[in-house]
Amino acid sequence: MWEYTDKVKDYFFNPKNSGILEDASGVGDVGALSCGDALRLMIKVDEPTQTITDAKFQTFGCGSAIASSSALTELIIGKTIDEALELTNQDIADFLGGLPPEKMHCSVMGYEALHAAVANFRGETWVDDHEEGALICKCFGIDEGMIERTIRGNDLTSIEEITNYTKAGGGCSTCAESLEAVLERVNGEMVAEGTLAPEMAFSLTSYVRPVKKGKIVNLDEKKTPLTTLQKIRLIEETIEAIRPSLQRDGGDCELIDVDGNRVMVKLTGACVGCHLSSATIEGVQAKLVEAVGMPLIVIPVTQMH
Amino acid sequence: MIPVYLDNNATTRTDPSVVEAMLPFFVEQFGNASSMHAFGAEVGTALGKARKQLQALLGAEFDHEIVYTSGGTEADNAAILSALETQTGRDEIITSAVEHPAILSLVAHLEKTRGITVHTIGVDARGRLDIEAYRKALGPKTAIVSIMWANNETGTIFPVEQLAGLAHETGALFHTDAVQAVGKIPIDLSASEIDMLSLSGHKLHGPKGIGALYVRKGVRFRPLIRGGHQERGRRAGTENAPGIIGLGRAAELALEYMSDEQTRVAALRDRLEQGLLQRIGASFVTGDPDNRLPNTANVAFEYIEGEAILLLMNRDGIAASSGSACTSGSLEPSHVLRAMNVPYTAAHGAIRFSFSRENRDADVDHVLEAMPPIIEKLREMSPFWRERDVRTDAFNPTYA
Ligand SMILES: Cc1ncc(COP(=O)(O)O)c(C=O)c1O
Ligand code: FES
Repeated sequence: MWEYTDKVKDYFFNPKNSGILEDASGVGDVGALSCGDALRLMIKVDEPTQTITDAKFQTFGCGSAIASSSALTELIIGKTIDEALELTNQDIADFLGGLPPEKMHCSVMGYEALHAAVANFRGETWVDDHEEGALICKCFGIDEGMIERTIRGNDLTSIEEITNYTKAGGGCSTCAESLEAVLERVNGEMVAEGTLAPEMAFSLTSYVRPVKKGKIVNLDEKKTPLTTLQKIRLIEETIEAIRPSLQRDGGDCELIDVDGNRVMVKLTGACVGCHLSSATIEGVQAKLVEAVGMPLIVIPVTQMH
Repeated sequence: MIPVYLDNNATTRTDPSVVEAMLPFFVEQFGNASSMHAFGAEVGTALGKARKQLQALLGAEFDHEIVYTSGGTEADNAAILSALETQTGRDEIITSAVEHPAILSLVAHLEKTRGITVHTIGVDARGRLDIEAYRKALGPKTAIVSIMWANNETGTIFPVEQLAGLAHETGALFHTDAVQAVGKIPIDLSASEIDMLSLSGHKLHGPKGIGALYVRKGVRFRPLIRGGHQERGRRAGTENAPGIIGLGRAAELALEYMSDEQTRVAALRDRLEQGLLQRIGASFVTGDPDNRLPNTANVAFEYIEGEAILLLMNRDGIAASSGSACTSGSLEPSHVLRAMNVPYTAAHGAIRFSFSRENRDADVDHVLEAMPPIIEKLREMSPFWRERDVRTDAFNPTYA
């Protein structure tokens, strides 16, 4: 049995804004019957102010899919379109007090439906890059293509790292064997291409492998905390260092602002609107925390006001 | 509100008299049956009696044909791995597409790691085995056939006794996962050709963590777990005395209640099924109504999703399951219903109601009253419901 929060249960048992919105200005359909969940989001937009004045949903899916859909409508009503587009799937999950990891895809569906509905309103088509290669991790709906890109982009050499960057393997973990196979293949290719040292490559046959040389947090260094300027410089440098790997996938990441331990970044290109965005944010966050040596929260922003 | 438990294929309530039979074997008669003293001897006698009780339920010719295991899963694994060792020169396995993961995950692993060839026999829309395909798959390389006696999701019963006969014509061993059949339908192994059979205690009001593999006398066997000489060297490890004794008592009770299961329990199931179909449109029964366990009904409600149904049922105090108890975070509908080609519109919304001798008429009344508003509420929320016959392509996702 899933451990749903009271808020998830409440939004499932008594969903708000379920039904059909007559004269909707934009409709977003995502998911499919065959996948077991599908969501239709209908929004009404006030043209002059570009404000979402009403939203309704229809959902075919599990308890958390229905709760996430309802939460989404509550989150966007009253917001301008630009404000609404800043919402991430994590915001939907947070609104509900969290979702079980295996059910995070429900919040992703909400995020996608919003983008689809806005695209429909603007007369554009919203295309997502789902399903490249075999579905490896069923818990999080992560396919082989995404895992391969994340391994290559971040030089991953262990299953734990894959889980930290993409969530794959972090649920029921029945996909562990498949993850190992993908990791071994991709690392092998990276070695052949000369982008990975052979002794670092993950191999099913060698059990003990060298430990990756991470940034060792010097205790003395810790005593004298970084100045704000040093911290921002470090963040800047780190982001610059990971940009090439994002650009390789047609995306990009730009530092917008730093406020205390909150790092605002702008994700563009392929990173936006795809499953990967949260993975990329987590990846960026992991790198930053490692480099700066203090807890940081990376917040994606689509546009600044 | 009295809770209604209709998930007996997932697990059953341990019968209080089973618990009573087990209790002395924790703090009083705690000895190890192998020990050379009075503490051990008492336990040995009780284990012997329990073995006879299970033997009677199975209609086995000899009590030493029973090898106790930790449950159905271990028995399944032990059967297949043993056959691959003893059937030298044969490296093919035949199984069905609707087996429990205890079989399917194992054979997939063997295929990948040991180069074993696996023939997976399909089923028709009612869940009946494709006998022609089965005949064709059998051959001189077949080491073992493993076909379940009754399906855990739909209750469909396979003609395992005939299938065993066909397997023997080619020299293959025949194993059946009878975890769902034992205790629910009469079984007489002495009159059958079945070589090995798996069962599990917790499916017949016995304790969890105990099961058995029946191995016909004369069938060569290699243990899965090696160590001490327990179970005649076929399953090492100190006997789970309370579990074995509980399973013995459960077997005895199952025999006593066998006719109740066939008549009264089957009638409850039929009344629920017919009542649901009458009250709720766009729903249908899956499985083979002519060859089915008396306790299982699998009803598919179209255009809605199973977990949501279960959550609302749970709020009304009704416990059932959707597809299989193992429903994980997987987005794929049950492999059993997909093998039967149940359309996606219905496979996600299939609910399994599984009865036991503990259910009463009032349980059925409560479910029949509770279900229609649950289904209606979810259908009102589903984007597919209103458009179902107007335009089937009306829902157009940007990606599929
Ligand atoms: C057909 C079938 N086989 C095997 C098992 C596994 O049995 P156990 O839980 O005792 O390992 C089950 C139980 O879910 C089952 O239904
Ligand atoms: S399939 Fe469950 S964690 Fe990957």
